[in-house]
Amino acid sequence: MFDTGHDAALPAHVGIGYKAQHFTDLTTAPGPVKWLEIHAENYMGDGGRPLAQLRALTERFPISVHGVGLSIGGEAPLDTDHLSRLRHLCDWVHPASFSEHLAWSTHGDHFLNDLLPLPYTSATLARVSAHIDQVQEALGRTMLLENPSTYLAFDESTMDEVTFLTEIAQRTGCGLLLDVNNVFVSATNQQWNPTAYINAFPLAQVGEIHLGGHDEETDEHGAPLLIDSHGREVVDPVWSLYAHTIAQGGPKPTLIEWDNDVPDFPVLRDEAARAAAILTPARA
Amino acid sequence: MDHSTFAAALLDPAAPMPEGMTDPQGRPAGKRFDVYRNNVTASLIDALQTGFPVLHKLLGDKSFRTLALMAARHDPPRSRQLSQYGASLPDLIARLPALGAYPYLPDIARLELAMRSAYHAADHDALQTDGLSPEALMDLTPCLAPSTRVVASPHPILSIWRRNTDPDAPAPQPGAEAVLIARPGFDPVPHLLPKGGVTFAEALTGHTPLSLALERAIDAAPGLDVAALLTVFLTSGALCLPQPEDQ
Amino acid sequence: MSTHMKSLALMGAVAAALGTVAATGANAQDMEKCYGVSLAGENSCAAGPGTTCAGTSTIDYQGNAWTLVPAGTCADVSLPGDRHGASEAALEADGYIGLARDLPEGLAADVLAQYRPTEMMDG
Repeated sequence: MFDTGHDAALPAHVGIGYKAQHFTDLTTAPGPVKWLEIHAENYMGDGGRPLAQLRALTERFPISVHGVGLSIGGEAPLDTDHLSRLRHLCDWVHPASFSEHLAWSTHGDHFLNDLLPLPYTSATLARVSAHIDQVQEALGRTMLLENPSTYLAFDESTMDEVTFLTEIAQRTGCGLLLDVNNVFVSATNQQWNPTAYINAFPLAQVGEIHLGGHDEETDEHGAPLLIDSHGREVVDPVWSLYAHTIAQGGPKPTLIEWDNDVPDFPVLRDEAARAAAILTPARA
Repeated sequence: MDHSTFAAALLDPAAPMPEGMTDPQGRPAGKRFDVYRNNVTASLIDALQTGFPVLHKLLGDKSFRTLALMAARHDPPRSRQLSQYGASLPDLIARLPALGAYPYLPDIARLELAMRSAYHAADHDALQTDGLSPEALMDLTPCLAPSTRVVASPHPILSIWRRNTDPDAPAPQPGAEAVLIARPGFDPVPHLLPKGGVTFAEALTGHTPLSLALERAIDAAPGLDVAALLTVFLTSGALCLPQPEDQ
Repeated sequence: MSTHMKSLALMGAVAAALGTVAATGANAQDMEKCYGVSLAGENSCAAGPGTTCAGTSTIDYQGNAWTLVPAGTCADVSLPGDRHGASEAALEADGYIGLARDLPEGLAADVLAQYRPTEMMDG
């Protein structure tokens, strides 16, 4: 539908979520890290170190711009000022990818700073599709939509998450960002089968994969409740699910996300190397 | 599910949980909904703690987080950029009788907000004075750089700020302090403004010659130290020349 | 330039300032710095701390949970003339205290009114 044009696609290699404290490591010895992802809202200031760092990084790495505040699932119309800021950012960064979440995060005048869940109904489908059309129109490019981590289910849902995302991609022409850790978190919390989720997922539409760590808790009935904390290493079952995903869908650009208790760069480099060890044979 | 009910329950633990949300066995979501409550509240508290490190130190962790919890519930962010969150905190502090005995706290919060907005402000080329004669300098019409901020207080806010960021800084002494924040590179630096400094800063609009701004400052604060005043503005990187389209 | 400004003493002060500027080196721009990297909370797509208490804790304004007693370095800032224990009228006159008309929504004035500066300062 849209020409992704001059901004080359993300390579089917490993990237990491960019943190300012890793600037020197990344510009001197990035190891297996071949691309970076930034959270769009942190680069909407007028100047200073954040923009200077990003400017320097765009010369060395393909950049993925990952929005966390657009509230694509919100009841209200999209905020056109925020869309303009995204457009401005994409215009100078020329990202290899733009992605956002299947979630809502604003209500009324307030930004709630979390990725809040949506029921999977025809009404939600229509609203999210219209918003994605608007984003793709405003940015002049296709976007990727990411599957959420969920902690509860809605009685009113009439379809499962994979059916919902597949339909969104068909209606809007958008690609999908498959967060394999989110699949594992949601599947555990909702007692789905994560492998069946991957097998049903439209992997051909997947333009990027996310991997991250989660916390383990239990609910008041003693059932496991996983929290998408991005504060530790990817766990073994998620690595297995990732390997299965690559075996099924072929090599995909893969991101290591670590947002809380961010470690020194070598820890991230090791996580990236572990992903590369799965990706590299698949590329051959 | 309507988002109004959901959003209200996120911010008010006493509000009933929205209906129609369940665990895999069809039981009410309970603690599962609390995950979202916690994500919202804790992330906003953390954002305020990161944005107000000196206030956090002054109040101590427990009191700061209580204050931040009130702030998060009372006035959630209006901007989707967390870098802009917290602008209403000084006013909230000023309205809390429990903190009335610490009247400098709102201005400390304002100082920290100003440092943060300076950090994210547009870049500039600082005014260069190499080779300028005093007369030529006085004829220039500089303006404050986009990242320059002035925060004036009846309290010794810079001394308090320094005492809490530099262990070797002297104990604060009573008295009003005005602070000039300038960003010569990427890191904002606060400077104590000498007498007349606020008037001088206000006069620097990009249209007023330095000589006239200096006269206004002298009128406002007779006996001010001209050399000290000019030195802080010229060495801090606080000034730039207006762009041609601004003139 | 006015006569006022042309005075020898003033232009001498200007010259002195220029001299100080010339002696001050250019400022380096570190691309990365260990402290003050963000100076603000950053947006991210991570979830918070799970089911720990922040989101569900109520502020008990009447009981011990109301812990807004500065316990940090406020104790080190001792400024004669600060209003520890000052009267409500004095505080209001300086605009530093909220009265009923000016309280955050949802906070009952009569509840907050219990917490006078004098009470907060014991110990």
